[in-house]
Amino acid sequence: MIPIIHLLAFCGGFIIMSFELLGGRILAPYFGSGVYVWGSIITIFMLSLAIGYLLGGRLSVKNPSPRKFAGIFAISAIFLYPMILYAQPVMEFIFLQIEDPRYGSLTAAAFLFMVPTIILGMISPYSVRLLVDNVEESGKVAGALYFTSTLGSAIGTLVTSFYFVLWFEVDTIITILTLILLSIGLIAWFFAPGQLGASKNSAANPSPGA
Amino acid sequence: MSLLKPSSIHIPADKRFAQPLKSFWALLTTLLVTSVAPSVLAAGKTVIHEERSLYTSILVQQQRDLLCLNFTLKRADSSQSCMDVKNPQRMVFAYTRMAMSGLLFNPNPKHIMIVGLGGGTLPVALTEIFPEAEIQTVEIDPAVIGVAKRFFNFTETANNTIIQQDARVFAKRAALQKQQFDLIILDAFNGDYIPEHLMTQEFLTEVQSLLTPDGVLVANTFASSDLYAHESNTYKEVFGNFINLKGRDSGNRVVIVPQGALNPKQRRPISKDLLLAQADALTPILSPYAVPIKRLAKDILKTINAPTDWDESKRPLTDQYSPANLLRSQ
Repeated sequence: MIPIIHLLAFCGGFIIMSFELLGGRILAPYFGSGVYVWGSIITIFMLSLAIGYLLGGRLSVKNPSPRKFAGIFAISAIFLYPMILYAQPVMEFIFLQIEDPRYGSLTAAAFLFMVPTIILGMISPYSVRLLVDNVEESGKVAGALYFTSTLGSAIGTLVTSFYFVLWFEVDTIITILTLILLSIGLIAWFFAPGQLGASKNSAANPSPGA
Repeated sequence: MSLLKPSSIHIPADKRFAQPLKSFWALLTTLLVTSVAPSVLAAGKTVIHEERSLYTSILVQQQRDLLCLNFTLKRADSSQSCMDVKNPQRMVFAYTRMAMSGLLFNPNPKHIMIVGLGGGTLPVALTEIFPEAEIQTVEIDPAVIGVAKRFFNFTETANNTIIQQDARVFAKRAALQKQQFDLIILDAFNGDYIPEHLMTQEFLTEVQSLLTPDGVLVANTFASSDLYAHESNTYKEVFGNFINLKGRDSGNRVVIVPQGALNPKQRRPISKDLLLAQADALTPILSPYAVPIKRLAKDILKTINAPTDWDESKRPLTDQYSPANLLRSQ
């Protein structure tokens, strides 16, 4: 149980940062690659993660289960993949409406990256809930999960910027990320449930983010 | 325990930090001095101006009569742009002289677009030669614009303007406004960092749509590393045939596409006589700039049936696949 949740949190972190890096690639043809484009991307990702943490924490209060956890991965995959289809027309439309590339890139980043990132942000607090048995251990569990998910983010950033962009097209990388999300969602669905005895009896309600 | 006796911590700490602190102050003083007063470097170069912009490090230095602009501190010998202060018209760099050979195919451009300002060598020369032409130079870095104006005699006029914008955004907007240019010069690929979204098939297609039927595209590009092959195949993909002009004694390569807006089959074949006649006509105009236009015309003629000298199996760069900076180091 514990290693599986950690693996999932790791993959969640990996995908968030890989996706964020691709964001720069996706926006560049319409809004350039100036510092403001990265400003827009980072703003939207931080904002989305903030919302995702909040929602993930709320969701974890009522009947937390690994199957619902698996659902988060599946839904994020469902919202991530269509990027391949709608990124171009959405950016085209925004480019025509908004002349200033700063607000253009911010709006485009919001439309393209916000929903999948909010859902990906729900992973961390939810995994804390699945692993915490009692209040005393909650800090330790949360710390360990931040460790794995942030390590995942670091490796996602590195692998994407050093290798993925050299080997694959942007759309191929998004497909890979979607497949990872679906596979680990399946892992959570099939392998975790039987072992979730702890969360049912726990009265602990740890705060996920600090 | 130590909390009760703060002095027992402070004494060793002071000793420990004394040395680094001293060198820190020394470094800070050096930095202050170099940024305030021009300093003379070992090779006889005087640093005139140093600035860190959002995109690069800008260094203006003078060695004898040459005033040069560098975009990096670590390879301070590779200048982006140089001006001979005694003879500011003389084009110091081979690639700027090579870029002027685009005029052989459109000797009287009315609308000119230049991507990448640098020291402003090309827009300054072109506005002198064609005072009536409307020249728009796209430069993303406001610090570069400031330096070109302050140190390299660049003056904006009604006909010679700078647009501070990402060239990709500019090209897209210009296409929407149906702007057309007789001469487009791409010169944004000099520094340590290559803007990858300005190297792709999609960008070149957008640029192509901005050319008049007789418009010429001139691009200063890479002549070495894996990038040479990838980039060549990208140009081939968009324009079909192009003139692959390599510097005789420099590592530069300039791509020239006459009538780049047209399908390769619709383009006029390059006639030797016409080209040499054009070179003759341009000689008096270009000689103050030290552009050896006759020699360049001969070099161009030599490239016409030359076999390709790059690996044609390398993928063209696209918005989906453009790791230009990584390919350059391969």
